Amino acid sequence: MPLTRATEQSLPATSLKRKLRLRELVIQAVLFLCGLFSIFVTVGIIYELGKESMLFFGRTQWERTNKPIVAAISANDVQFDVSNIGATASPGEVIRLDDELLMLTAVEGSTYFVERGFRDSVAVPHAAETIIYRGVNPSVWEFLTGTSWAPHAGQFGVLPLLNATLMVSGIAILVALPLGLAAAIYLSEYASPKARNTLKPILEVLAGVPTVVYGYFALTFMTPFLRSIFGQDTVQIYNTASAGIVIGILILPLVSTISEDALNAVPRSLREAAYGLGATRLETAVRIVLPAAFSGIAAAVIIAISRAIGETMVVALAAGAGPAFTFNPFQAAETMTGHIVRISGGDLSYDSLDYNSIFAIGLMLFVMTLALNIFSQYIVRRFREVYE
Amino acid sequence: MTDTAPTATTTAAIETHDLSIYYGSFQAVRDVNLDIQPNRITAIIGPSGCGKSTVLRAFNRMNELIPSVNTTGEVLFRGQNIYKPDVDPVEVRRHIGMVFQKPNPFPKSVYENVAWGARINGFKGNMDELVHSSLQSAALWDEVKDKLDQSGLSLSGGQQQRLCIARAIAVRPDIILMDEPCSALDPIATLRIEELMRDLAKDYTIIIVTHNMQQAARVSDRTAFFSLSEDGKRAGMLMEYGDTKTMFTRPEKKITEDYITGRFG
Amino acid sequence: MAASNLQGRHRLGRVWLVVFQVALVVGIIALCALLFNILNGSFGFVAVEDTVSPESLAVNSVPLEELDKDTLVQILQAHISAGLYARYEFDKPFAERSAGEVYDLILERVVEPRFVAQWSLYETLTNGDAIRQQVAQEFPNARLEFRSWLNSHFLRAPQSSYPEIAGVRTAVLGSLWTISIAVLFAFPVGVAAAVYLQEYAPDNLINRIIQTNINNLAGVPSIIYGILGLAIFVRVLGQFTSGIAFGASDPATANGRTILSAGLTLGVLVLPLIIINAQEAIKAVPNSLRQASFGLGATRWETVWYHVLPNAISGIMTGTILSISRAIGETAPLIVIGASTFIQVDPEGPFSKFTTLPIQIYQWTARPQSVFRNLAGGASLVLLGLLLTMNATAIILRNRYRRSL
Ligand SMILES: Nc1ncnc2c1ncn2[C@@H]1O[C@H](COP(=O)(O)OP(=O)(O)OP(=O)(O)O)[C@@H](O)[C@H]1O
Ligand SMILES: [Mg+2]
Repeated sequence: MPLTRATEQSLPATSLKRKLRLRELVIQAVLFLCGLFSIFVTVGIIYELGKESMLFFGRTQWERTNKPIVAAISANDVQFDVSNIGATASPGEVIRLDDELLMLTAVEGSTYFVERGFRDSVAVPHAAETIIYRGVNPSVWEFLTGTSWAPHAGQFGVLPLLNATLMVSGIAILVALPLGLAAAIYLSEYASPKARNTLKPILEVLAGVPTVVYGYFALTFMTPFLRSIFGQDTVQIYNTASAGIVIGILILPLVSTISEDALNAVPRSLREAAYGLGATRLETAVRIVLPAAFSGIAAAVIIAISRAIGETMVVALAAGAGPAFTFNPFQAAETMTGHIVRISGGDLSYDSLDYNSIFAIGLMLFVMTLALNIFSQYIVRRFREVYE
Repeated sequence: MTDTAPTATTTAAIETHDLSIYYGSFQAVRDVNLDIQPNRITAIIGPSGCGKSTVLRAFNRMNELIPSVNTTGEVLFRGQNIYKPDVDPVEVRRHIGMVFQKPNPFPKSVYENVAWGARINGFKGNMDELVHSSLQSAALWDEVKDKLDQSGLSLSGGQQQRLCIARAIAVRPDIILMDEPCSALDPIATLRIEELMRDLAKDYTIIIVTHNMQQAARVSDRTAFFSLSEDGKRAGMLMEYGDTKTMFTRPEKKITEDYITGRFG
Repeated sequence: MAASNLQGRHRLGRVWLVVFQVALVVGIIALCALLFNILNGSFGFVAVEDTVSPESLAVNSVPLEELDKDTLVQILQAHISAGLYARYEFDKPFAERSAGEVYDLILERVVEPRFVAQWSLYETLTNGDAIRQQVAQEFPNARLEFRSWLNSHFLRAPQSSYPEIAGVRTAVLGSLWTISIAVLFAFPVGVAAAVYLQEYAPDNLINRIIQTNINNLAGVPSIIYGILGLAIFVRVLGQFTSGIAFGASDPATANGRTILSAGLTLGVLVLPLIIINAQEAIKAVPNSLRQASFGLGATRWETVWYHVLPNAISGIMTGTILSISRAIGETAPLIVIGASTFIQVDPEGPFSKFTTLPIQIYQWTARPQSVFRNLAGGASLVLLGLLLTMNATAIILRNRYRRSL
């Protein structure tokens, strides 16, 4: 094609060829890895929580039955008599005498029939009066429904901790929702820009105070305050009410800020329409703006609950140390987070029951807060679709 | 290559073959065949939304910065299709510079604004000289020679736009694309830019998108008229292309005449 | 009828307005109560008893504080055990100590002032006379002093089990160390991730997952990060975080519960916050700048490095400081990864055992003896002061940023 050749001659051909820009590639790869790092964190969290929780549920606890064998037995006896005191094990359970594990095949009256040297343990003779231990495996069902948490004694019900967590969060939201919502309505519907610019930062200061300082506040101010109102005998030194109220104050700025954003996102035209129909300011705010902003406010509340559930230092200091299944807010009860902090406070040794149990509780906490966060995001997304 | 004018400059600076551009599934530009003459000013006119900016940005692959854009057809620059997979858009933009509708100097000194592009493009010569000559070519030197250290943002709108032109010139492109360069400027500043364009046309190929008929008539050598397709799909199409004089005096198509005389658009 | 109805509606409106305002006032009262409560614990009367009265230590009726150094050293030597003396000599030879330092040691070890009772600021201000009477009756040997628990000695002294001499020095240093490591880790990674997501990432599945994941990580309770840190940094990477892999083999820290682990844990914790804040800052850079840069034939990285980052940097810094001030107050994750309950020596490096200011506050608050609550109050003041400084910096940066755009 002569014309093309002419083209190339009249204008010096320049190479537009893609160059190998090594620096660009390397930088892009590094940036991508940094972006990917957050995925590693999530995978790490899920993997570790999952792995250690499985160990928790797979771990056999030895519960002392207080029932001794009556007479000494040799290494190959497969039946023996037991005393009638203490708890009786049932067939199919694994029991332990000294270091030997035995499979209980049948129980007839006070006679145990066993398989010796179970699970690679060595059958050895046992002296009279040796106490029988019985193996207990925490089941997920028991974990979720049991009302007593004492893993070392074979009781794995997380309900006392969960109940305390929910009580504290419930009290917190009872404090934060009305206050936060009212403050948000005032700031978005009533306050002059000047008032808003001075009041909002004050609420934001509340959000910036470290939670351990709130814990100090709960223990040294809120608890004495509650005790002076309701009486020293009614209110224990550690109680969920004090922790809940203080967490309520802690999440108040969260509720008010997100709610205010939701209220502000309601278009002006809606308000003007209401005023045009002769509605008062209150009626406009409560009947028109508030329902229109409902999903945003709902998201705020959910995020606040999630935050309250995960809050740790206030409950660790003020709610009490020791699981208790109680619905009385003036009594001490340890929450999930409080429990994790207390038992990991010392030098926790790996692969111990306590070590595994904090992962099981942590997994539950993670699932709960993640579900709430995803739910709130879902609500926010729907809410965006309405106005943007 | 069939449409080549029988003049000395036989070859086109840019040629498009069946250029179509899509935003997602919406076809904004349909089957454009166009050849831009070197060292000429070509004006692109047409009603709003007919895809003028889109076509212009296709000439230096700036559309790619919008994730949803998809381009088909060919854009030849010096005989090479710049949309071939092995072509580097960065290289393309080095040869085909751009001036935007709103002046957008970097928040850096006047000097840096001009020098930066040359520096990243590996310019090794005397930078002071390059800055001087670029500002001079952009007819800005006299106004800013005492404030080279000041922020580019401290200049007036018209000065900022000329700074952006100087910045584009400093990398020694072959072609300068201008998307409504005067729309944010007052008449006097507009006049200065138009004079400047006439000057620059001696050394550069200039393609300018404009809404201003008088401007197109005043500065351009050739004019491309775009309009929306009439099949209801609202895709931009090249309606008429030719010498500006001819186009403004004896348009071939009725639609062109209507637009130029202000009867629609 | 209609008119009176309207009146009723307006009255209702006024009532509710008051309700709304009250809600805000309650919030403000809560803040005031919080601050008052800290001040209340940080200042007040204490009743002090000396174990050995300074007068009895006077030599030839020259009062203790005017004695020369050699005499002071002799007095000290005479009153403390040989082992303790040897330890002091080992820590810093007496030849190198000034008379003032030796005097302080005598006060601490020989005079040994003990707090026998203490009162809150409120009690001190409202009930001073009764307190004076009470002290005269119950502690005849004690003298009543007004004490600021936050004082220069408190800032300079290491932790101690004696409230009289305990300080926050180790804790403050621990906080600074951990937070520095957290920043060194999270700032570059976070900004890089934000740059990737804003400037590079095409809108595809994996990048959407990354973005969603970051948003979700920001809502994960901090204690979960503690559990993660315990499992990964302390346990799995214990060889590195305790410094064994680098040749540092202090058996006390060989279990990985070190400043490095703490710092990395806090770093992972603030990472999502830093990323989200940096993304906002990068988003705020006008697109026209990017176009101008690309139009000149700049590569993506050149655009980011020369135009996007310089224009986003103050916003990024502001966001980072705000994220970091959240990390400084974090307590729970550090307890979970195993903060030391009691360390008196300054941290020497990333492989030292650690404690931090909030942990110190926690431990002092959790002690049953009420005197430690006063220390916790003082330490809270220090922590709030630190945060105030950081936030003020952030606000100044933000204002400068606003002006420049
Ligand atoms: N980023 C984008 N995403 C989706 N569609 C776009 C985008 N930019 C432009 N379009 C669409 O493409 C079509 C052409 O737009 P273009 O900006 O090229 O028009 P134009 O001729 O330059 O108009 P104007 O004279 O108003 O500048 C329009 O219908 C527009 O809506
Ligand atoms: Mg346009």
